[in-house]
Amino acid sequence: MAGIEVTALHKRYPDGTVAVEHVDLSIGHGELFVMLGPSGCGKTTTLRAIAGLERQTAGDIRIGDTLVNDLPPAERDIAMVFQFYALYPHLRTRDNLAFPLRAEGLPKPEVHARVTEAARLMRLGPLLDRRPRQLSGGEQQRVALARALVRRPRAFLMDEPLTNLDAELRADMRTEIKHLQGELGATMVYVTHDQVEAMSLGHRIAILNKGRVEQIGTPLEVYDRPASLFCAAFIGSPPMNLIEVEVVDGKLHSQGGLVLPPPPGLPRDRRLVAGVRPEALEVTAPEAEGSIPARVVSVEWLGDEVIYVVDHGGQRDVRVRMPPTVRFAAEAKVGLRHTGGTPTVYDVSTEELVA
Amino acid sequence: MAVSVDEAVSTGPARDHAPPARRLGGRGRSVLEVVLLTVLAVLMLFPVLWMLETSIKENRDVYAIPAKFFDFDVTMAHFKDVFVAPDGGRTALSVSFFNSVVVAGVSTLLATVLGVPAAWAYSRFAVRAKKDQLFFILSTRFMPPVVVVIPIFLMYREFGLIDNKLGLILIYAAFNVPFTIWMMKGFVDEVPAEYEDAAMLDGYTRLQAFWRYTLPLLVPGIAATAVFALIFSWNEFVFATFLTSSDSVRTAPPAIAGLIGGTTTDWGLVAASSVVFALPVLVFAYLVRKHLIAGVTLGAVRR
Repeated sequence: MAGIEVTALHKRYPDGTVAVEHVDLSIGHGELFVMLGPSGCGKTTTLRAIAGLERQTAGDIRIGDTLVNDLPPAERDIAMVFQFYALYPHLRTRDNLAFPLRAEGLPKPEVHARVTEAARLMRLGPLLDRRPRQLSGGEQQRVALARALVRRPRAFLMDEPLTNLDAELRADMRTEIKHLQGELGATMVYVTHDQVEAMSLGHRIAILNKGRVEQIGTPLEVYDRPASLFCAAFIGSPPMNLIEVEVVDGKLHSQGGLVLPPPPGLPRDRRLVAGVRPEALEVTAPEAEGSIPARVVSVEWLGDEVIYVVDHGGQRDVRVRMPPTVRFAAEAKVGLRHTGGTPTVYDVSTEELVA
Repeated sequence: MAVSVDEAVSTGPARDHAPPARRLGGRGRSVLEVVLLTVLAVLMLFPVLWMLETSIKENRDVYAIPAKFFDFDVTMAHFKDVFVAPDGGRTALSVSFFNSVVVAGVSTLLATVLGVPAAWAYSRFAVRAKKDQLFFILSTRFMPPVVVVIPIFLMYREFGLIDNKLGLILIYAAFNVPFTIWMMKGFVDEVPAEYEDAAMLDGYTRLQAFWRYTLPLLVPGIAATAVFALIFSWNEFVFATFLTSSDSVRTAPPAIAGLIGGTTTDWGLVAASSVVFALPVLVFAYLVRKHLIAGVTLGAVRR
């Protein structure tokens, strides 16, 4: 296993599209590193550049101590798992697993031993003599993972490997991948557009947007202190409420009258937006202590929680997460209260975190 | 109140009926459909049927007036005449059939060998101005080929390609390459690029990956595309007429057309050679009937 260093990566296609503007990543040895972002943000291109399937226009990629810029994919000693599995359709599971080893020219007993080992790890025993079309989606994905394992590569690259599975299976496979990664102590770079996947899997998450890294951090850091308005709006479901505020008497005042505690080090003379998580707000009875008057616009009952969309006279309605024991109907007159700690504050013009 | 004529006519019974489009529902409609389709089928198929009949009729029945539909004497003599000359040697027609096989076969092979890798490249790589290039390639098929007969003729005269099988092969290949690229690009798009990526990670070069993984999966598509190209080259008449003159080079379409005219026309021979000419096309069209439809709807469905 080895770490991966990506320095000043830039990828521009011959037709002029820039897929990756500027990406720096430092992925540690044995780390499960997730690249998260909307489609077209450059995460898959970055991964493919690490794999050697795309040649970057500029920038360096190091795997371990080796500068791999000019190495073909096969010589980078990495394995990749694809969204569409890419199992060879004419080969049985056994031969699909053995394939990369035979391509390497390993002796037969060694090939057999490694295939057996990988099959045991991924519990593929009964499937070894089937062809891909005889396997379900989940089984195919397990074979694809096993095929990555047999190589004993220095790093695993995963390109949205769970996207094509149904929700239940996806949760199972997520657990399986996390477990496997821990057991092998493998360096893993995992690309996804699914924030739940990113939050539950990643040791660290890089959020990409328009070919740039917006933020790198642990799942908690990314959730608690989104580094930009983009991250604030991208992470969390429902996402953060972004409320325009002004500093009056040392406190943050929203247009609707919501008062928030200010974080230290606020800049002066700038238009500011406060990021408030839905769980940092509370819908109360009207005129409850510390609340401002508001109106429920709509209610989403999710079973274990309720999401209220509330109009408090501000520019935008805010979303509030409440336990299901609290019940207000739509159009009800209610109170709105801030209960969380100091919010994150962003500069409207730079869209970046200022305090 | 006075009621205008229009209003008086339009009210009442007409409003009780369904709109005209729906009036032909159920049985009435299906009967009409069957009748129309039958009439159409008879009109379309009668010449074919007559060709088949004529090819096996004795000569006196061919020229009989009134025409004999059923009670004629059957003979295979016309088919023999297509291939065997009166002196026992090969006929000019049989040579032209052989020429057709060579020209259609080699031009299709050429178009496939050039077109498939091009289609793969257009499907897989980010090429500068890809859409414009593809449009340009397709645009060569916009005009009717006849338009360029004269320039091609003059060009070929310079290069000594007139009355030369190679000349026909090249021009047919030129017409088939754009078609092959477009049709094959659709098929290549359907094969996930991940196969090649995976193979490259397994230690193959890009070309090896294409050759070993993508190409085998493309075989059905290549077969369908090649049959289309083959049918085009086989049927082509205009260029064959203009660019060839001698019996030893001429392909079947102009050769068969050449049988008509002069003082007398041996209609039995014309019909028999037409049958021989049409058979391979019918067989191939039957083989790729599914793809005939697929070719039309290609690209309509994304994975």
